[in-house]
Parts: sequence; structure tokens; C-alpha cells
Amino acid sequence: MEVIDLAWWKLGLAALLVLALAATAYLGRLGITRSLLVAAIRTVIQLALIGLVLEALFASSAFYWIALLAAVMLLVAGREVVARQGRRLKDGWAFGIGTGAMFVSSFTVTVLALAVVIGPEPWYTPQYAIPLLGMMLGNTMTGVSLALDRLNDSVWRQRAVIENRLMLGQTWQQALEDIRREAMRSGMMPSINAMAAAGIVSLPGMMTGQILAGSPPAVAVKYQILVMLIITVGTGFGAMMAVSWGGRRLFDDRERLRLDRLTKP
Amino acid sequence: MTGLLLQGVSIGVLNEVSLTVPRGQVVCLSGPSGSGKSRLLRAVADLEPHGGQISLDNLNQQSVPAHQWRRQVVMVPAESQWWFDEVSAHFPEGAGERLPAALGFPAEVMDWSVSRLSSGERQRLALWRALVQEPDALLLDEPTANLDNESTEAIERWLLQEIEQRQIATLWVAHDSAQIHRVANVHYRIRGSALEPVHGSD
Repeated sequence: MEVIDLAWWKLGLAALLVLALAATAYLGRLGITRSLLVAAIRTVIQLALIGLVLEALFASSAFYWIALLAAVMLLVAGREVVARQGRRLKDGWAFGIGTGAMFVSSFTVTVLALAVVIGPEPWYTPQYAIPLLGMMLGNTMTGVSLALDRLNDSVWRQRAVIENRLMLGQTWQQALEDIRREAMRSGMMPSINAMAAAGIVSLPGMMTGQILAGSPPAVAVKYQILVMLIITVGTGFGAMMAVSWGGRRLFDDRERLRLDRLTKP
Repeated sequence: MTGLLLQGVSIGVLNEVSLTVPRGQVVCLSGPSGSGKSRLLRAVADLEPHGGQISLDNLNQQSVPAHQWRRQVVMVPAESQWWFDEVSAHFPEGAGERLPAALGFPAEVMDWSVSRLSSGERQRLALWRALVQEPDALLLDEPTANLDNESTEAIERWLLQEIEQRQIATLWVAHDSAQIHRVANVHYRIRGSALEPVHGSD
């Protein structure tokens, strides 16, 4: 089965629908017109550009170009993790912890999945590596930013409780126990929900795409299962590392709660 | 020298404060609000970065892990916090059976939920929660602020008895001069950046 290519003008039809939505929202004074249009334009430009980049990348297949694109994706995700936190750690710690956690978890799991499970030749073949890493990073980013946001916000609100626990001689880990649990739950919830609903409520995007592109559903399903499992693993370890490093940074070496290390955007 | 020793402690507006709290005695601190009484207690509990040396029975504060220090030098804040639903979850096993009568609670208080406690009840239970840790030093921040006169004096008597019996070095922030008169062995007032001893019935 050959894939039906979409002509650009046909995408214009979909864009007209967005314009219709924007116009309706504007007339109804619903206040989302501007952000809707900006986001729609961004998605068109960003995806068109990445299409060009991927075309070039698939043509060259050189390891250093793939590594460079992976690094750029990681840094952008790191910036996004910072932007999605209300209160965040000062002095680059928010970026460092978020990026570090995503790097260790997403890259390890992606390389493992490529080298051991899928096994293309060479293992960094961009047709496999880049989409897989993109999905890993996208989901890990959500998990890490939700977990860190929850951690910082809860610590800020529950300052008195944490300090009272410290006053009674608890270690900083004990004083932070409940909050750490909440933050982990907050970071893991989207992945767990996605796994629970997959196939019944929602047909995941990657599988849909593969089926549209002509893969037999049985193959698409196997890839989707692989992707959902490794996404959850990546998100879980990423959130765990972020919560553990972030929690450590909120206390100093005398186990004092240091809210002065947090900043309001 | 046994007891709590502060040498040249600086925190916030307070500068180079030196002070001795012998075991079994109560040293009261008073001063206008915002003068740094609570922050001085927080420095002794090592909850805030501070200058100077603090020791307990010649054990330097910085020479042990902070949580170990705070297990011996326990602070009770002005507003006590409760993080579990049940009262008993905040206490070690069996604390309910040893509940002192002076607190004025029935034995079932351990099964109560925290949400039904009044602020005065929370405060009394917070004192007991600190004492069951068997601390060597106590840092009390206005421990009777939410209590009526009658229970204030009952709690004072109970605290003094425990402090005497267990030989606890106690630093007590208070504002009521009648209370200070009743409980203090020594009384300091914060004036500007220093402590000033107060003598007699003043």
C-alpha cells in the first residue's frame, strides 16, 4: 500500500478550520484567539523545518549530525522544563536538574531500546533514533516538569510543616517524604493514565501514524507497546532523579530548608 | 559545663550574642516583636545559617549531623504543625499511655483526628510531642500563647517539673512578665542587637 501524500494546499483547508475557530472565539470574546493563532503558526513552521532537517539527516546518516540534533532537542526540552515551573530553583539549578534528569533517563532508555530491542544497523539509524528520542524526550519533559513544579510548590506551601518535622529531629528525607511522594505521583500520572487508556479510549498517535503509513496493525501495535513501556520507564526514572536532586537542593548540608534557593518567575 | 552554651551567635539583627542555659534551668527571652527572639531559637536549632558557636554539654552543634542535634535540642514553634490525620501518628508507639494528666486530655486523645483539636489543644500536645523525644534542651517559642490563664499555669507547673526532673536546659521565649517571673531562673531582654539581663521583679 502506497501512502497518500498530502498536498500543501490541502493542509490549507485544515488551517481554514483553525481560522474559523479563532474567529468564533474572537467574536465570543473567549480570549484564546491570540495564543491559538501563535501556536498554530508555530506548529506549522517548526514541523516544516524539522521535516527539512530530517530529510537532510536521513540522507547523510552521519553520527555527529544525529548527536547534534539530539543535543539541541535536549536543550530545548530543558528550557521548557524550566518555563513550566511556577517556583523554580535559582542560579541555573532548575535547568541543570531538569536537563540532567532527562538526559540520563531518556538517552539511556532510548539507546537501550535501539541497540537491544529494535536493533537497526547501525544502532543510531536516524529513521529509528530521532522519532524514538523525540517521543521519549517529549513525555519525560512533561513528567519531569510536573514533578518539579509540584515539589517546589508543595515545599513552598508546607514550609511550616517541614520545619516542624525538622525541629523534632527528623532527617530532611523524612521531613520531605509526603511531598516527594506527591511529586512523583504528579509526574507519573500522565504516563500511567495513557497506558491505562491505550487502545480502549485512545489510539496512540504513533500507532495511528504507522497504520496510516501502511504498516500492518500487528506490527504497529508491537511498536506502540514498546514505546509506551519505555516512555513510562523514562518518565519514571527522569521524575525520580529530578525529585531526588531537586529535594536535595532545597536543603543545605545542615539539613535546613532553604526556600531562598527558590524564585518566583 | 553542662547545658546549652551560645558564644558570639549572630543571626538577623542580633549580633555576637553569648548566653548560658544550665541544665534543669529556664532562661527566658523577651523583646518586642520582630526583635529576633524566634530567629535566635531557630539558630540554636540550626534551622537557619548563623554565626558563632553553639554547644550542648561540650558537644559542638556543627560536629554532629543536624537531625541528631535537633533530636537533643528540640524546638517547639509558636504555631505547631500537624501533618497526619490522626493525633497518634505524630507520636511514638505507646506515648498515649504515658500521657501526663496535667495536659488535661482524656486517654482517647490519641485516636482523635487532628482537625477537631483547638489551637490551645494543639499547643499542649505539641509540648508533649517534644518531651516524648526526651530532649536534653528545649526551645520554647511562646508555648502558652493560645491558652487561658488557668491552663497556662497548669502547663507551666508541669513543664517546670519535667525540666527539673529530666534536667532539661530550656530557652523560653515569653512576653508576659508575670509568666517570666513565675518560670525564669534568668531573664534576658533583647535590646537592639544585644541581650540585656533583667534583674528582680522588673
